[in-house]
Amino acid sequence: MADLSTNFLGIKSPNPFWLASAPPTDKEVNVRRAFEAGWGGVVWKTLGEDPPVVNVNGPRYATLWSQDRRVIGFNNIELISDRPLQTNLDEIRRVKRDFPDRAMIVSLMVPVNEESWKSILARVADTGADGVELNFGCPHGMSERGMGSAVGQVPEYIQQVTEWCKKHTKMPVIVKLTPNITDVRFPARAAKAGGADAVSLINTINSVMGVDLDTMIMSPSTDGQGSHGGYCGQAVKPIALNMVAEIARDAATAGLPISGIGGITTWRDAAEFIAMGCGTVQVCTAAMVYGFKIVQDMCSGLSNFMDEKGYTSLADFQGRAVPTVKNWNQLNLNHVDKAVINQDSCIQCGRCHIVCEDTSHQAIWATKDGKRHFHVNDAECVGCNLCVSICPVPGTITMRTLQPGETDARTGRVIDGSYQNWTTHSNNPMSSGCA
Amino acid sequence: MDLADLKSGRLAPADYDRNFGDAHPPLNRTQALIEAERCYYCYDAPCQTACPTGIDIPSFIQRIGQDNVRGAAEAILTANPLGGMCARVCPTEVLCEQACVRNTNESKPVEIGMLQRFAVEGHMANPGAPLFTRAPATGKRVAVVGAGPAGLAAAHGLARRGHDVTLIDANTKLGGLNEYGLATYKVAGGFAQREIDWLLSIGGITPRLNCRIGRDVTLDGLLSQYDAVFLGLGLAGVNALGIAEPQVPGLRDAVEFIAELRQSTPAVVTVGRRVVVIGGGMTAVDAAVQSRLLGAEQVTMVYRRGPEGLSASEYEQHWAQTNGVTIRCWARPLAVEAEGGVLQGMRFATTTLEGGKLVDTGEQFTIEADMVLRAIGQTYEAELGEAAGSAIALEGGRIKTDEQFRTSVPRVWAGGDCRVGGRDLTVEAVEHGKRAAESIHAALTGVAHG
Repeated sequence: MADLSTNFLGIKSPNPFWLASAPPTDKEVNVRRAFEAGWGGVVWKTLGEDPPVVNVNGPRYATLWSQDRRVIGFNNIELISDRPLQTNLDEIRRVKRDFPDRAMIVSLMVPVNEESWKSILARVADTGADGVELNFGCPHGMSERGMGSAVGQVPEYIQQVTEWCKKHTKMPVIVKLTPNITDVRFPARAAKAGGADAVSLINTINSVMGVDLDTMIMSPSTDGQGSHGGYCGQAVKPIALNMVAEIARDAATAGLPISGIGGITTWRDAAEFIAMGCGTVQVCTAAMVYGFKIVQDMCSGLSNFMDEKGYTSLADFQGRAVPTVKNWNQLNLNHVDKAVINQDSCIQCGRCHIVCEDTSHQAIWATKDGKRHFHVNDAECVGCNLCVSICPVPGTITMRTLQPGETDARTGRVIDGSYQNWTTHSNNPMSSGCA
Repeated sequence: MDLADLKSGRLAPADYDRNFGDAHPPLNRTQALIEAERCYYCYDAPCQTACPTGIDIPSFIQRIGQDNVRGAAEAILTANPLGGMCARVCPTEVLCEQACVRNTNESKPVEIGMLQRFAVEGHMANPGAPLFTRAPATGKRVAVVGAGPAGLAAAHGLARRGHDVTLIDANTKLGGLNEYGLATYKVAGGFAQREIDWLLSIGGITPRLNCRIGRDVTLDGLLSQYDAVFLGLGLAGVNALGIAEPQVPGLRDAVEFIAELRQSTPAVVTVGRRVVVIGGGMTAVDAAVQSRLLGAEQVTMVYRRGPEGLSASEYEQHWAQTNGVTIRCWARPLAVEAEGGVLQGMRFATTTLEGGKLVDTGEQFTIEADMVLRAIGQTYEAELGEAAGSAIALEGGRIKTDEQFRTSVPRVWAGGDCRVGGRDLTVEAVEHGKRAAESIHAALTGVAHG
């Protein structure tokens, strides 16, 4: 059986699944239930200075649903912990004492001055917590007060606060990054420059979930008004995975430990983040949708996957996908794929035909000998993968790579197995081969 | 000699309500949204091709999914003004749902019929502004004879195009088969008349009831008063068993039994303790199942050929069996057994196929019965047309038309079951009426129809 345990910055946990700093980790009762259910660690909901913040008492959450009410995306306008600092610290101490094998990270957010950080770090260290996570990501409410993503959007602030924290604590320091920026590599580099032991990402994305068309009020709203919230859940996973990949492959930050966050709902999502370089993963929405028991299903899936692939530890595949992430200009323009439709499993819905016909390359025929029959016209197919994406039957449309010696029916070129990218392509005005 | 056990009121009052209420409750909004999500929105959708009226099924389901019930109803009713009734009575398992691509991997098509019912009834419950309005008046007048599915569809199509329609029917209510010929549990809640009310709300359709062609009016008379005539006469005749049929209580036509159930309270309808239904179609199933639901203990449907020849769909056969009806194939009626004017049972000869011909095997058996219902098909009563005045060309005993539903008599169109060809389905009758209306409109206005 595969070993799911992790050692992240010296912080050990029996599995890579941590609950992210969020409503599920706000109180002792919740965290105890989480640990009893099997979570490997928690990042305690963000602590701030007293007096505590005050939350709205109207809806704090809103949801993007599928038609059968599956939660696709989720947003919230909840602030950091709204309970007294000492209450939280006392609870953290008790829970860590009772669950010594679990990771206990404490998320922090105080104003941008050294004294504030120094003071709170000392009090956290006193609880026996394993590490701290600097919340530079919260996009709503706190950012208006110059904290959260207001810090995370300015690399210089990130570096400064990280430096203070490293100076004033021996606990490992994880810097949580906001996705509400243009290029995540800059804040990540700043965190590293400030001495961060790791980064965690992504925090939530600025979002307005919708508009109630009867009242014409945005949602969620309190007393007729709303404010943008942080978007999370399955829908944000691709955004998070890209940002993780950018940091993992950036020469300036390569090797910096990463705790991956963003829409992780299944073991598969977790495995993908780990393959993209993450040492642990953090989950919130999945727990808020299904309850804490979901971690058992995630562990089961991850363990079986690793056994099947022959991975004995997470390190065996951690970061394996990173070298495959490139700039577009490195992609091989001589490589040719063509779609192939398996007629045995095709159910004849015809969606591949109509989307290719209407929106792509007119490369799928709808009839053969006057009968309904969907098949690919290689002379038009550019290998775009749209048909694969929309086909409702898994594995029915696949991409086949043309082998050396085969002729691309679209261009008439014979595949020679060579590699050529845009930097050397004759159509590139900047290429060296350009006349 | 046993006295035939024929009586009404076999059940407790509450049982009647349950037995004759909606056989398949409608989808609620949640169910409809979930089911709508199953639709793949196929290109050139096979379900739409399989629908005799060509309803744009992917669109109406997409609109349900987008919470646009009015738009869904519009997509349905534009193609099929009787989309509500068809949703309830269509054998979807051999039409749209049989064509659904979901069958391939799941053997579970999208529940198109149920979704169609959800959309149409949801709209009718909360109609808002009329979906359809009439084109400017043309000043043309059309007589539609027969207010069943074909006639209703024709009347609606003509009224929409600005013609004035007189809708003539021999019965006391509009609806034809919808009102008189369907099992009660298929049209619970007075749906047939609710649908007709909606249909007539377009305006320009004047009903003329208790008016039988050949008796109260003639075709020539109508042609002298109207610019065009549409005949949607249905099949008024019932086939005889082809054996001696003594006049005994309990031996009757299934269609008459079904009509009685529709026009009265089930508790007052007489049913035998043991019932034999002769025939293998939808009418036989409706009569057999309803006999059981009225409290008959033993109900046997007897069909002269093998199971594959039953015109009742597999779904209908299962429905009958689930309701405790025994289906017995390979037997033809030989004699009505009666003593002293009291029905005792039916004697049958078992049959088999020999060289493609149905022959007796020589074996016989008797099923004891207090009631025997004939359901071996209905016929067009040619005398209706003949009595009407002009000789309309027939083929195989039904009215012959061209592709545009024009009969051999100028200015006379025909559609529905009285027309030759087709499967005698409600939805096909609707399509006939719809397309005949287009053809009549083209003829009356000199505009190519389309």
